[in-house]
Amino acid sequence: MATTRVGTNGARGIQEVPTVTIRFCGDSGDGMQFTGSEFTRVSAMAGNDLQTLPDFPAEIRAPAGTLAGVSGFQVQFSSAPVFTPGDQPEILVAMNPAALKTNLEDLVHGGMLILNTGAFNEQNLRKAGYAKSPLEDGSLSRYKVHSIDISKLTATALESSGLSSREVERAKNMFALGMMLWMYSRPTEPTIRFIQSKFASKPGIADANEKALKAGWNFGETTEMFQPSIVKPASLPAGRYRSISGNEATALGIVAVSELSGLTMFLGTYPITPASDILHELSKHKNFRIVTFQAEDEIAAIGAALGASFGGNLGVTTTSGPGVALMQETISLGVMAELPLLVINIQRGGPSTGLPTKTEQADLLQAMYGRNGEAPVPVLASCGPADCFDAVIEAARLAIRHMTPVILLSDGFIANGQEPWRFPDPKDLEKIDVKFRTDPVGFQAYLRDPATLARPWVRPGTPGLEHRIGGIEKQDVTGNISYDPENHEHMVRLRADKTARIARDIPPLAVEGPASGDLLVVGWGSTRGTIQQAVKDLRARGRSIAHVHLRHLNPLPSDLPAVMKCYRKVVMPEMNMGQLRQVVRAATLVDVHGINKIKGKPFRVSELVSAFEEHLS
Amino acid sequence: MSEIAAAKLTKKDFQSDQDVRWCPGCGDYVILATVQKMMPELGVPRENIVFVSGIGCSSRFPYYMNTYGFHTIHGRAPAIATGLKTTRPELMVWVVTGDGDALSIGGNHFIHVLRRNVDVKILLFNNRIYGLTKGQASPTSELGKKAKSTPYGTIDAPFNPIQLALGAGAGFVARTSDADTAHMSDVLRRVATHRGAAFVEILQNCNVFNDEAFDSFYAKDVRDERSIKVEHGKPLTYAGGKKGLRIVDGQPRIVDLASAGSTNGAAGACEEGAMVWDEKSSASAAFALASCTAPDFPEPFGVLRAVERPLHHELELAQGRSVRQKAGDGDLAKLLAAGDTWTIG
Repeated sequence: MATTRVGTNGARGIQEVPTVTIRFCGDSGDGMQFTGSEFTRVSAMAGNDLQTLPDFPAEIRAPAGTLAGVSGFQVQFSSAPVFTPGDQPEILVAMNPAALKTNLEDLVHGGMLILNTGAFNEQNLRKAGYAKSPLEDGSLSRYKVHSIDISKLTATALESSGLSSREVERAKNMFALGMMLWMYSRPTEPTIRFIQSKFASKPGIADANEKALKAGWNFGETTEMFQPSIVKPASLPAGRYRSISGNEATALGIVAVSELSGLTMFLGTYPITPASDILHELSKHKNFRIVTFQAEDEIAAIGAALGASFGGNLGVTTTSGPGVALMQETISLGVMAELPLLVINIQRGGPSTGLPTKTEQADLLQAMYGRNGEAPVPVLASCGPADCFDAVIEAARLAIRHMTPVILLSDGFIANGQEPWRFPDPKDLEKIDVKFRTDPVGFQAYLRDPATLARPWVRPGTPGLEHRIGGIEKQDVTGNISYDPENHEHMVRLRADKTARIARDIPPLAVEGPASGDLLVVGWGSTRGTIQQAVKDLRARGRSIAHVHLRHLNPLPSDLPAVMKCYRKVVMPEMNMGQLRQVVRAATLVDVHGINKIKGKPFRVSELVSAFEEHLS
Repeated sequence: MSEIAAAKLTKKDFQSDQDVRWCPGCGDYVILATVQKMMPELGVPRENIVFVSGIGCSSRFPYYMNTYGFHTIHGRAPAIATGLKTTRPELMVWVVTGDGDALSIGGNHFIHVLRRNVDVKILLFNNRIYGLTKGQASPTSELGKKAKSTPYGTIDAPFNPIQLALGAGAGFVARTSDADTAHMSDVLRRVATHRGAAFVEILQNCNVFNDEAFDSFYAKDVRDERSIKVEHGKPLTYAGGKKGLRIVDGQPRIVDLASAGSTNGAAGACEEGAMVWDEKSSASAAFALASCTAPDFPEPFGVLRAVERPLHHELELAQGRSVRQKAGDGDLAKLLAAGDTWTIG
């Protein structure tokens, strides 16, 4: 979104700006993720609405200075509601030539370029593939370039610190952060407090970072190189806010499920990008009814989780696509044993190892059909960082109410992306109803609730209800092993019916925009914000376009066909080859058109706007 | 109420109403009967007992026990039992598995449940063959074994289950056989009462696909000569006291007690020649003893190692207590509002 200057603020000459997108980029050792998230934190506390997009390589430290080692962090912050991390930055802070090379094409024409010239030496230029320095060959003439030797200025500021030149070099990101804080009229105190607590055990490093931060801030103040600006607080709904990433919200959602249900939550998991942060967060909270278990592999992770569910608690596992591939046999067992289980897949680019740190939505068909036999499982998707909290609670509620494994799809984009969250008061959250069968009279292991078709949940330890379950086909009602052909078909249809009936619990779809018209955009998952913005922009231009975003992917909401039929055309943007489109077309026979991007990166608003325009014309 | 009930339980109370479907003559029947007979002695209420199994002939076991049971998937029983025991430590959890289930497809979970010392009782029915899939070589089949999958003989060296368990850090390791129910009862009692992961290899005859697999050292007429009973605090003697074992430099050595200049009294001879077994000594001694295989050495039967190690679920509980002490009981409202917050409106 272009920056519009909306007048100046008198004596101090501070310009008010509604919306800004900045990208910090540098070598993966340059601390760009830290710089970006700290800038974000300060912006959030200033009351801006915002969204972030971290983008980093899979290697922890790719060779320094190379194109492969570039790490970036983009944030869009605004005085108005923000739905995306921004298509293209207006300000690009590049800490070395490789970062410039890989990120420049995203910078808007006429945008601001802040370059650390200290890193533009012959060696780094060569590594980045520049025959000539872009600082000198005129190739940057369409941008507002600020060439600043951040490395040297940081070194000068830390001359007497007694730190090694390597340690001094590593503080340069704080100089850059200081400059940007000044540029947007932010105080340095919150960041100083954060630095001091983060490096509490290394006072020398803490002081050096603080000094570098102040030096950067003072550099802005003294040189008057930049136009000071301010982005006023956004008019968000009243309430208390915090900044949250999707993975943090997922972990907090798991804690909330325990509090709402009274059950112990058992997280069995195996480290995998981009899901591991959920374990890191949840493992801190053992003063709740939380058990975290880092298993020997994904198979054990989900196995232990299912064991916990068999024991009358709720097992949950967090993983990514390759992990789900290993877990499918246990999900099948959960389907057969009819036990609640929560499988959270933070999708990443596939197949195989694919793009571990990049985002994709290509595990939907795996979630729906990736098991042997007819093994239906409810599938849900979260659609934003904060939404992960609600999505986890909804998934757990369904798992318990319907006695079934539930798969929740998140992805790398929302897992790592941050946004302000108006967090709820736990008193306002609806309790999760848990019923254990304790009455031996008339007990049968596969006797069903007539409404949901769920079988009873029995805690081992309950006298008189001793029974055996397992993965072999069950005789209905008794749960005994049965190879009877009639019974098998009956059970297959029954399990399908049991899943299909969940649609009765799905609230009516909420359509944003006109109830009928030319174009309906159906989306799911992390594309929500981008679709919202694109649809909003087009409606502002008078186009007849509406948006509906699906939480429940299996079963589909029962009103979806009726809603789709109210529009001349239906399109579905997905970061895959059209997986939900295939499912929806098969289920509804509506000719849904696909808009598909499989680059490991989220859609841009502009991409969707032009794609929607094409379908509208 | 349930404790009183437990005191009155009999073998019959542990028999479920399901038809037992193993082949006639299978060694599994003997194990099932021995376990069912022993269970009432433990004084544990039936409802607090759970049998978890994987896949294979042995893994049908839970269906026949009138306790809670979970027949899961191939190789994964230790993982599933871990999640159950960790969240429900008051339950007594048994894992029933076989040589293919535990050592082939489930090898990873097998070693990890032992290294973590999850308080589960693991019964490994070792028949050195795949039964349910009808006769392929297993990871304990001897080198050169001709089976359906290996018509020219297997070229894969077998695992020694006892050594594998010891290598994984198991605190309790034992071995018994379906051919000696009295011994099996004694060993199972030890398994049941051990605090921590308890592993027992039960040599079990598959009379359909690998009949008489253990006869070379455990048939009644050769048993005394070719096997040795391992008992804590007692000398390692066999062959009617004429022979003994010592561990020298980490290797087993046969001691000829009859010709060692001692009298016929076995006890006297032992002090000089045979090693007095200490089940609490190092894992390496047990490892050396487990290396005794027929025909060169007598095959060991009994409790090879029994030491207590910290229990996995107790460590988990202790961690929760310590976090509560430091941070107080979990408060969701506080947790959601943790870190920097700001108010709008």
